[in-house]
Amino acid sequence: MTDTTATGAEGRTHSSTNRRDIGIKKRYAAERRFKAYGIFAIVLGVTFLCILLWSVVSKGYTAFFQTEIQVPITFSEEILGTPQDAAENETKLLMANYPQLARDGLIRLLGIDPEDRQAVTAANGLISQGVRTELRDIVMSDLSAIGTTQEVWLYASSQLDSALKGQYDLNVPENRRPISDLQLRYIEELEAKGAIAQNFNWGLFTSGASSRAETAGVGVAIIGSAYMMLIVLALALPIGVAASIYLEEFAPKNRFTDLIEVNINNLAAVPSIVFGILGLAVFINWFGLPRSAALVGGLVLTLMTLPTIIIATRAALRAVPPSIRWAALGLGASRTQTVFQHVLPLAAPGILTGTIIGLAQALGETAPLLLIGMVAFVADYPDTPLDPATALPVQIYMWANEAERAFQERTSGAIMILLGFLALMNLTAIFLRRRFERRW
Amino acid sequence: MSTFTIIAIVLLIGAIGATLGFRRGSALRAEGGRKPHSRPVYHASYVFTWGVIPALLVLSVWLIASPILNELNVRGDFPEGAVAEANLTDDLAYGIVESIGSGLRALPESERETVTAETPIAEAVPLFRQYGVPVASASADWMIPLAIERNAFQDISRWAMTLVVIALAAIGTFHGYRGIRTRLRARNKVESVVNSMLVIASSIAILTTVGIVISLVSESADFFARVDPWTFFFGTVWEPRFAAAGSGGAEGQFGLIPLLAGTLYIGFVAMLVAVPIGLFAAIYMAEYASNRVRSVAKPLLEVLAGIPTIVYGFFALVTVGPFFRDLSAQISGLLTGDYSAFIQAQSVLTAGFVMGIMLIPFVSSLSDDIITSVPGSLRDGSLGLGATRSETIKKVVLPAALPGIVSALLLTASRAIGETMIVVLAAGVAANLTINPFEAMTTITVKIVQQLTGDLEFTSPQTLVAFALGITLFVITLCLNVYALYIVRKYKEQYE
Repeated sequence: MTDTTATGAEGRTHSSTNRRDIGIKKRYAAERRFKAYGIFAIVLGVTFLCILLWSVVSKGYTAFFQTEIQVPITFSEEILGTPQDAAENETKLLMANYPQLARDGLIRLLGIDPEDRQAVTAANGLISQGVRTELRDIVMSDLSAIGTTQEVWLYASSQLDSALKGQYDLNVPENRRPISDLQLRYIEELEAKGAIAQNFNWGLFTSGASSRAETAGVGVAIIGSAYMMLIVLALALPIGVAASIYLEEFAPKNRFTDLIEVNINNLAAVPSIVFGILGLAVFINWFGLPRSAALVGGLVLTLMTLPTIIIATRAALRAVPPSIRWAALGLGASRTQTVFQHVLPLAAPGILTGTIIGLAQALGETAPLLLIGMVAFVADYPDTPLDPATALPVQIYMWANEAERAFQERTSGAIMILLGFLALMNLTAIFLRRRFERRW
Repeated sequence: MSTFTIIAIVLLIGAIGATLGFRRGSALRAEGGRKPHSRPVYHASYVFTWGVIPALLVLSVWLIASPILNELNVRGDFPEGAVAEANLTDDLAYGIVESIGSGLRALPESERETVTAETPIAEAVPLFRQYGVPVASASADWMIPLAIERNAFQDISRWAMTLVVIALAAIGTFHGYRGIRTRLRARNKVESVVNSMLVIASSIAILTTVGIVISLVSESADFFARVDPWTFFFGTVWEPRFAAAGSGGAEGQFGLIPLLAGTLYIGFVAMLVAVPIGLFAAIYMAEYASNRVRSVAKPLLEVLAGIPTIVYGFFALVTVGPFFRDLSAQISGLLTGDYSAFIQAQSVLTAGFVMGIMLIPFVSSLSDDIITSVPGSLRDGSLGLGATRSETIKKVVLPAALPGIVSALLLTASRAIGETMIVVLAAGVAANLTINPFEAMTTITVKIVQQLTGDLEFTSPQTLVAFALGITLFVITLCLNVYALYIVRKYKEQYE
């Protein structure tokens, strides 16, 4: 018994010393290294994603809050005229000096001598010049406000806003920062009075383009994008589905269908800016459609999205098992009836998913829209798709070129809104796929 | 009547016809005797098709033809020599007539009579401006009667169109309704119409390509008539001076080489970042990862592909660019004691790096598909002979997948070349010709955007050059795509 174990052990040592060194250790090390490269690559990719998102969110979340100052405004008849005058002559009311109302209210609140020009200028620099529309809306909606004094929350200027959000280094010498010492003192006074607050920035969602950061918003851009998405949906979905049905269910295998097929695959890979050139040359220059219109943008994005929808729809149609078609045909349905009454309903979830993903792509697209003139300063909501409009990503592009600190914050905020929409659409697509997907 | 109203009326007539058709079909069925060939719903569609489709076809032809006829008519009436005298081209003169026409329409009812064919232009123009229609200063007296003539033509054409289209819808509906009888093969007829619509829908893809090619070729032909193709394709200086209208002498220098070099250089840097990361990620996910890791990592990487490029551009502009600049300042400070940045904030490196991040998911998901489609038997054979997994991958799987991976890389490269927003924000606009990746270079796409935003004139080479750049870009990416798709097709056949 002991013998055998001894010889066994001996035999093992013998063979291991004699074994040819085939570098197994090295090979295993290489194996581990290779695997580590893979893990490293994935980690790196995910890290980039996190840095990207973090850099946007950390810069942008403050855009959802806007500093406002509560000022007692006296709607004096001296400046606005009496309510009777106002009712008769609206232009006077429209052109009245509203910023002065705000300035007077603020210096009264801070107890500044109206003759001290420097102090008045400093105080005036705290409130946004956008108060004109804010106060005008109050007066225009209710003429009886004239002559009264009301507490009104006014937008603070973008400098004050950025200072309170800690975006300026306040320790540098006074002449190197946009907020003066005097203004800092006023801010402290206002804070002590509780007349300054960071409120949720609804204006970001409702306003249009503005040269002042505090009154600029993406509301108009969102409407422009929404028009375009509706146009894309109304055109690309039916055309895309019809084309896919033909190619997948009816098309004979010949030169023509082969050409279409190659074409669609190619179009999916054509740079988006080329579609912009197409839109400019064909829709604007030849057909004479208006520049900057949501209609043209929608048409260009439709052509861009079509290949995506066609490819997704064909995959969905292909996934419907042939037995469904045979059964329908066997019961006497025509080919058209088979496709429209049996295959298409079964493929619908897949088609819908593909369409949503295509729409999400179109929503984030910028380059072609720049060429058809959507880089426009649009402050009013477009009433029809033929009015000048802009789109969410284009608005981001325009803000990204502004130097002011407050615009950078808004750019990031707008990006967060855009990414929010995209996430919503993609999650809907994933949900639809999970909920309705059938495996045969 | 507006076009939308006309369409609505046509659809309404069609709908009424369809209801009547349905009733008649049901009545045929109830009558007994021979059973009708089609179900009532097909009779309804049959009537609807007859009512709506011819009417809408005529409507669209009319809408396209009428302005063209109108323009030809007005141009024929231009007084001899007057156009040349006013230093205009026929196109410009017609444009002015058009704006006078819309000015006339903008006048309120009460003032419309004040402008007649005899009114001098100097009196009419301020009136138009008052109602928000600017008219070019080159306008002349003889244009007002022409504008009135044009508006009259428009009015008559619109009335005639309304009458004809609605009449056609009514006649068509009536004809369709009259045609309904027991033996009518309504279903087959409706189906053949549906089928031809499907064919039309799928030809839109071809029409798009044709539209791209025609628009690019016609406008670039215009450009090459003004600028020698040789100096465009082989010129090394890009300096298109913005010339005012009519000052024909001020021609810029349009050299493609610096733009092409910038495009390829930035694309190359992007591929340097994207290919190793993407390829290794794909290999890991296809060959090593458990299902759980895969189901988390793959969607996470694909999020990178779903982020709009404008976001990457902004990221490069405010985060990556300044980071590289400050980093280089620190490095040069440590090495030489001089804290000046040698990487510019807008540089080939910044743009290429960020574009590389964007391209990671393209490389990884395309190669992932290709690697997983390599048959398992090849792997099993190699592992069975004692190779380790990495050896199997390096010596068996990757060589087998090579054509597919090459085509994936070509597709990615084509995307890098056509990418616009990242380079617009991060690469800079100076057309340098340099090999230093720390300096700014510019790309074809940046220049297309730059030449085509703002005021456009389809007659100046400064605008038209964008189409020549566009066709260059289109041809390059088309070649890459076609070649890549060709390889993929061949490769698929090999293993299917």
